[in-house]
Amino acid sequence: MTTLRPDLQIIAENVSHGARVLDVGCGDGALMAALRDGRQVRARGLELNPGNVSAAVTRGLSVIQGDADTDLADYPSDSVDYAILSQTLQTTRAPHLVLEELLRIGRQAFVSFPNFAHWRIRASLLTRGRMPVTRLLPENWYNTPNIHHVSIDDFRDLIAQRGWTCDGEWFLSGGKPTSRGLANLLAEHAVFLLRR
Amino acid sequence: MASAIAPHSDERFGLDRRITLLGPLPLDCGAALAPVQIAYETYGSLNADKSNAVLICHALTGDQYVASTHPITGKPGWWQRLVGQGKPVDPDRDFIICANVIGSCMGSSGPATINPATGEAWGMDFPVLSIADMVRAQALLLDYLGIGTLAAVIGGSMGGMQALSWPVLYPDRVRAALIIASTARHSAQNIAFHEVGRQAIMADPRWRKGAYYADGEVPASGLAVARMAAHITYLSEAGLTEKFGRRLQDKSGADCDGSSFGFDADFQIQSYLRHQGISFVDRFDANSYLYITRAMDYFDLAQPYDGVLANAFMGTKTRFCLISFDTDWLYPTAESRRIVHALNAAGAEVSFVELSSPFGHDAFLLECPEMNRIVDGFLRAGSNA
Repeated sequence: MTTLRPDLQIIAENVSHGARVLDVGCGDGALMAALRDGRQVRARGLELNPGNVSAAVTRGLSVIQGDADTDLADYPSDSVDYAILSQTLQTTRAPHLVLEELLRIGRQAFVSFPNFAHWRIRASLLTRGRMPVTRLLPENWYNTPNIHHVSIDDFRDLIAQRGWTCDGEWFLSGGKPTSRGLANLLAEHAVFLLRR
Repeated sequence: MASAIAPHSDERFGLDRRITLLGPLPLDCGAALAPVQIAYETYGSLNADKSNAVLICHALTGDQYVASTHPITGKPGWWQRLVGQGKPVDPDRDFIICANVIGSCMGSSGPATINPATGEAWGMDFPVLSIADMVRAQALLLDYLGIGTLAAVIGGSMGGMQALSWPVLYPDRVRAALIIASTARHSAQNIAFHEVGRQAIMADPRWRKGAYYADGEVPASGLAVARMAAHITYLSEAGLTEKFGRRLQDKSGADCDGSSFGFDADFQIQSYLRHQGISFVDRFDANSYLYITRAMDYFDLAQPYDGVLANAFMGTKTRFCLISFDTDWLYPTAESRRIVHALNAAGAEVSFVELSSPFGHDAFLLECPEMNRIVDGFLRAGSNA
């Protein structure tokens, strides 16, 4: 588990042993493999990129090639303990609907995303007047897969507006945990644990 | 009792085996088949706890020679890219079985074999079969071989239909199912193409309602046309354009400069298709073609479950992996997705990948390193679990 991305590490540490998990946008299955090997989790994955799906299947994982925006409807309600969406929310066409689906399929949902209101992004936009290109958001505006940028406060507003419950929140800066206070300004990355 | 069975000293195991089982094998059509002849091959050794058996299911015109030289054509085994030493299905590790489906013509019971009631070839008196009947015959063979549970069942195209049917018919006998370029039901378009093929055979005056075995005057023209029509569905338009385009046969120069202004095979694609048709009749029986295409047309795994495919897989413990190809318009990706959807709804462990290939449906038989990697990973995952 040592090589997991920091947000995945947080999720991995907070998934209970033997749980059933759906990892939406599971990439090459790094988190799923860690959960399976470390916590005897029954993990399934959904991933858009066929190369990533192949890599995950080659690791012995159960992964389906599909799109979070369209294919989550295929999953039965309450079929897993946790639905996980890591660094994928901002790439979906309808993030609020994807979140609804996650909370329908899972009893709880882990959601991690890069915080667009981090001070470095704010400073970049303010001083340069151009769409920020940062370590976590390295693409240019025209070729970025991140079509729905979101800040931590935006996300909290959505949680309140939809009447969801937040069971946990974690914030990261430079890959290290950072405090809740001023998270919207100081955190590069957020992980939320939600419930309907 | 020896700790390990040595298959090559056991006459049940090895190349080019034939067995006649007493049966009767009850069939979906209501009839029963007895005796049941099955021609099969095995590679590798069954381990002591009989846990390494892998069944390979062949497609419409395939046969048991999955990884050995075909006795008629002399060509290498049809899936040597996937099955063999150092390949994802490896006789050094797996005990591999491939049987000719019943209804076919490479040694298993079919219209060309002898009807014990008459002492003559069955012809069209052979009972109409289903894909499930083919699977039940395979289960009969496993009983004879002393194999309770399969580590995996693998098939492409019609073989995929069998592989998909295995966990439904025998939920306790198969740990993993790998379904490649296949479907859970035949579409109207699938049935339509098969009907063209059957009509071509039946329109051949030498078909004579299937009673052509006595004088050997087989409906070769009809069968060749059937094969030509079917062969088009195995390729993609892009693949055909790349391989043949509008190029002319045995003539240099572009476009129409070398046309005969007649009905010879001017275009390379015509010549290719004619060759496919003609060479097919040397190795395949026209009546078998009728029976097997009919079995495929009747295939709809959801039908006994009120049309709800997920119900076919309820409670399954089998691991599934499905692979489709983006240019396959015979069994397009949507058909694999439908199966995946049903498996998800049934809570099954399932993986699915759509691979990219220019070769259409035929891609599953061709060199595809990505497919091999996935098959290998999927099968190996089963041995760790």
